[in-house]
Amino acid sequence: MTGPRDPPAPDPVDGGLAGAGRIAVFGGIYSNHLAFAAAVADARAREVDAMLCLGDLGAFGPNPDKVFSILRQNAIPVVKGNYDDSIARGLDDCQCGYTDPRDNHYARLSYRYTFEKTSPENRAFMADFPDEIRFRLGGLEVLACHGSPRLTNEFLWESTTPTHFLDKLARDAGVDVILGTHTGMHWVRRWDAAEGAAAADMAGASSRAYVNVGALGRPANDGQTDVWYAIVGAEDRELSVEFVPVSYDHEALASEMRAEELPEEFVETILTGWWTTCLEILPGKERARGRW
Amino acid sequence: MSKALPIAAPGAPAIAPTPPESAHARANASPGVPEVELRALDQLWFQVSGTVCNLRCNHCFISCSPENHSFWFLSRAEVAAHLTDSVRLGVKEYYFTGGEPFMNREMLQILEDTLALGPATVLTNGTLLPQRTVDRLAALAEASPYTLELRVSIDGVTEAMNDAIRGAGSFERAIGAVGRLAAAGFLPIITTMRTWEDAETDGMLGAFRKALAAVGYDRPRIKILPPLRIGAEADRDRPYSDVEFVDHDMMSDYPAEQLLCSGARLVTAEGVWACPILLDYPSGRLGDTLNEAAARPARLAEQACYTCWVNGAICSNMPGFTADAT
Repeated sequence: MTGPRDPPAPDPVDGGLAGAGRIAVFGGIYSNHLAFAAAVADARAREVDAMLCLGDLGAFGPNPDKVFSILRQNAIPVVKGNYDDSIARGLDDCQCGYTDPRDNHYARLSYRYTFEKTSPENRAFMADFPDEIRFRLGGLEVLACHGSPRLTNEFLWESTTPTHFLDKLARDAGVDVILGTHTGMHWVRRWDAAEGAAAADMAGASSRAYVNVGALGRPANDGQTDVWYAIVGAEDRELSVEFVPVSYDHEALASEMRAEELPEEFVETILTGWWTTCLEILPGKERARGRW
Repeated sequence: MSKALPIAAPGAPAIAPTPPESAHARANASPGVPEVELRALDQLWFQVSGTVCNLRCNHCFISCSPENHSFWFLSRAEVAAHLTDSVRLGVKEYYFTGGEPFMNREMLQILEDTLALGPATVLTNGTLLPQRTVDRLAALAEASPYTLELRVSIDGVTEAMNDAIRGAGSFERAIGAVGRLAAAGFLPIITTMRTWEDAETDGMLGAFRKALAAVGYDRPRIKILPPLRIGAEADRDRPYSDVEFVDHDMMSDYPAEQLLCSGARLVTAEGVWACPILLDYPSGRLGDTLNEAAARPARLAEQACYTCWVNGAICSNMPGFTADAT
């Protein structure tokens, strides 16, 4: 079995993360450049100290290169997602692991479109994204990753992720807080490190936490067109987590997707807030809350 | 370098396996039996009803039946002791199999204990799920932050097709249970062994959707499993051929994380095994305790390991997420 790593010293990173007290963290962008631009503006208006993106720049949406200009203009550091890894290395698929023929069909359509429309320069840019970024937030050691600290393409859903498992991930990585995305649904769990058990009432200082920051690329399968990001802050070892809904011009995105002849199923998700594809990966509890 | 785990899926392996070029007898591969270390104990399986089942399916890879008492039930206390250990080991998912798990009189209490800690999946034949049991399961699922998955085995899209394998009346009882589960808010995973040619899969999936919609389950999750050519299935269809096994050459450049035994162990009343498939094989037994079995590598000594090698961790709800690739 793999033993815990030695807790590493926090590395200074670009993008103003070093020394930050309050940061905006963006999950999967999925080529939704309109939501991304809206979220960046929203975060700036809320006067965060820094911004961070947890990867998967491309997927369901149109014209994938548009996201990169927003990233560069704002000097936002990015953790490599499985989609970024696939596109950068020219792999055959997105590494999500679908077995359902319908999910596979749409995943392939989306992947081929994104691969063909991403410039060679941007593919090379993605190849250099790190698998993780570590930094100190207040008095907390933080690890930012895409899926989990151990696997880029590991899904951490709220209903399939035990607290003791999260505690093992945090212990093995030598950190207090793990930030991730990959699932497209935001959630947070805090627990007492001494017990590795969930703390129902965490009004006081928390010692460990996992935050899934959600995704900007598509809605959270909740029937709303808003998408989500997270603002994470710390004073000493007291963590604050705020999930922020982002309203954006989703109808303009839908028009652009149609102009690019992307599947109507993807457009429907943007317009209705219900996931229509890539459903196989959802646990029963999360899937039952959706429409499809 | 990528930290993304290569994923194998039934029928569409990420790593296209290359079968051995020349047929060579199984005995020739020994002592070259490959071994797989446990990377992380992500999945803890319980043989919760042993080999005792109310059905006698003629494809059962461990030949379960009402008379097969080779493995007896696990008690709630036995399961609870392992659940306690699992917290320290950082287990991610819990699976319950048999036999038929709902023949265990303490099954609902066992699920209540489990769902306090993490997600639980029950592999059931669906014939022992009357409304009162479904109602209690729904209450347990509602009370837990973790998902409760019911995997219901149905081996055919019609009564005739299913009952030829699982026994008279089993289709009607199982599909009735699926209707009750769906009405109670569950999205059961319908598990079916592929007994048809690959080219027929789309048609079979369509027929399954229609049959399930007829009982009110209109967005079904369907999991197709490859045949495991051991136990009763070796007689029903065919046993493995001489070339269907795993040797060292086949493991070079193969991501062992795709195999269930790299991330799972099975607790039984007779000790701890590498996986649920190898129950009838002494080579699958890795120790008396979970700690002992976790410390020992699994040996890919049996021909059933070939099916896992080709298809990935077929027993999991989702394949391929069982390993620490760092």
